[in-house]
Amino acid sequence: MRKVLIIGATSAIAAAIARLFAQDGDRVFLIARNEEHLKATADDLTVRGASVAGYKSLDVNALDRHKAVLDEAEEALGGIDIALIAHGTLPVQADCERSPGLTAQELQTNAVSTIALLTRLAERMEERRSGRIAVITSVAADRGRQSNYVYGAAKAAVDTFLEGLRQRLHKSGVGVTAIRPGFIDTPMTAGFRKGLLWAKPEAAAKRIHAAIGKGTDVVYVPFFWRWIMLVIRLMPRSLFKRIEL
Amino acid sequence: MTSANAAYRSWGRPQSEAGKRVVRLWWRDQAFPADRPALPFGNGRSYGDSCLAREGALIDLRGLDRFISFDDDTGLLRCEGGVLLSDILAHFVPKGWFLPVTPGTRFVTLGGAIANDVHGKNHHRAGSFGHHVRCFELLRSDGARIVCSPHESADWFAATIGGCGLTGVILWAEIALQRVPGPAMEVDTLRFSGVDEFLEISHASHNSHEYTVAWIDALNPGRDGARGLFFRSNFAADQRPVAAPRPKPGLPFTPPVSLLPKPAVRLFNTATRRWPRRSRQYVHYERSFYPLDAVPNWNRLFGRRGFYQYQCVVPYSAAEAIGELIARVARAGEGSFLSVLKVFGDHKPVGWLSFPRPGLTLALDFPDRGERTLKLLDTLDEITAEAGGAVYPAKDARMDAQTFQRGFPSWRRLEDYRDPAICSDFWRRVAIPQPT
Repeated sequence: MRKVLIIGATSAIAAAIARLFAQDGDRVFLIARNEEHLKATADDLTVRGASVAGYKSLDVNALDRHKAVLDEAEEALGGIDIALIAHGTLPVQADCERSPGLTAQELQTNAVSTIALLTRLAERMEERRSGRIAVITSVAADRGRQSNYVYGAAKAAVDTFLEGLRQRLHKSGVGVTAIRPGFIDTPMTAGFRKGLLWAKPEAAAKRIHAAIGKGTDVVYVPFFWRWIMLVIRLMPRSLFKRIEL
Repeated sequence: MTSANAAYRSWGRPQSEAGKRVVRLWWRDQAFPADRPALPFGNGRSYGDSCLAREGALIDLRGLDRFISFDDDTGLLRCEGGVLLSDILAHFVPKGWFLPVTPGTRFVTLGGAIANDVHGKNHHRAGSFGHHVRCFELLRSDGARIVCSPHESADWFAATIGGCGLTGVILWAEIALQRVPGPAMEVDTLRFSGVDEFLEISHASHNSHEYTVAWIDALNPGRDGARGLFFRSNFAADQRPVAAPRPKPGLPFTPPVSLLPKPAVRLFNTATRRWPRRSRQYVHYERSFYPLDAVPNWNRLFGRRGFYQYQCVVPYSAAEAIGELIARVARAGEGSFLSVLKVFGDHKPVGWLSFPRPGLTLALDFPDRGERTLKLLDTLDEITAEAGGAVYPAKDARMDAQTFQRGFPSWRRLEDYRDPAICSDFWRRVAIPQPT
């Protein structure tokens, strides 16, 4: 039985991953913004075999509440073996381009809040010399593209942070998994027309759950995004700036 | 809101796009969608147009897929309306519980099972799915949330069970699971010839066997009428290790023409006659209940034109109508790949528009060959109506209003309870008077 903390637990991907932890009979603590949705998720996981240690409503942008909530989670769980951070918002790029305020807010939600949480979690795990931190970033982190570079920039910040954190924590035996999903059919992407590249949250969850179990450093979800993003990263800048992507 | 795409179709019409737009519900506390008229959509396993709203929006309910509570003493399971029966089975069979009633596919949602008041091979013992629903919550377009049970808002309860999704969105429901000793079933197979022999075996089996059903060879009826195989089964008291069928590769796309040409259908049907007179097998429940689920997208085998399912029920007193239906199909030379015959028990239907009722039910499938097929189906309607029977809405794409209204005399009551913001192509066709 592992002790798993999930932040952003009501997101479709996180909830699907949590079901796999439930199947293993793991102990979970859930954090998300909406209390009703937390309860619905907790009930579901309980029936599916998880031992739900508790749940707590939190707006991740209230940085001053992080410590108290993490303390509560850690105490309820009796330590943290796995911390999964899955919260996030997907802004409309065009709206961000017209509003520095919105852009800053998106960076706050998708980068600053996550990095603040990571800072506290890393300290705790480093001290105990065990555990794994897994964070859902995005393929958007791999290269800024005009269609969503605000979201991409936030995710890239987290990704780079994780890269450094992994190095630092390695000697303490603490692992860091960066999860880079491509197109997943969830409420966050409800506005998109779905095509061949789209994956279901259940399929994504399986791959992520396995990567966390194996201790993979970086995982693309589904796998083919590794190659798609490789091509995008390798494209010469002189060409890249001319195309629509 | 998203545009409709390939994921939203009717099972018998693989080329149909079920709705113009799609709205998804993810949480029980969400409001009824503003895009109207709309139609609740589960997993798209209805065969005809009861799951289509080609001029409106669909409310995709697969996001409501959470369990809510389970009582290990009583077997009472409460879960959201978009939960698939396959999900319930995957979780609860290993714990020794099974669905009280299951249709021939496990890939339907709980809400869909209620909205069509589905039935299974144990109708003679257990009635239909609706008989095992303790309560559910209905979300109406005016924002009302009605908790319905046989004791509370009983009119809404009866309107919604078998109500084709027209009374509102089923947010969650509570059903009673049934204890089983394990996944293995003991299946007896008996060869029979003629409707009379089928009835004899049925009645002889009803006390000894929880599940009964027959396949008939509708291509070569023979002198006595229907020839076929009678399957009767129970969950095995002495459980033996049995393997679940491995999923076969399905068709990745719909071929332009049917891959079930007549000779293949004939061969399959003739093979049923080569079966030993009597045999007994131990099989995994999936093999027994869901043989077609092992082939993903088997509906695509019928090609782009798709196919029609025809399922009707006639009262016991008009059992000879079954022979007549089979003879008519055979004479038309329109082969039905799989033809299924079953006796329904005496349970009083729960829903106003419940299809299962005391009598015999016959299910046939026909590749869509245009006018010819439609004409044959009209003839079958006449025989069914003459016998005082009814045609199953969940499988229908073409019956006329008169046939429907004769088979479901309570339809007007349902129209009064229908949510004004909900309509399906099916309901438009059979219940709403067209301007002339």
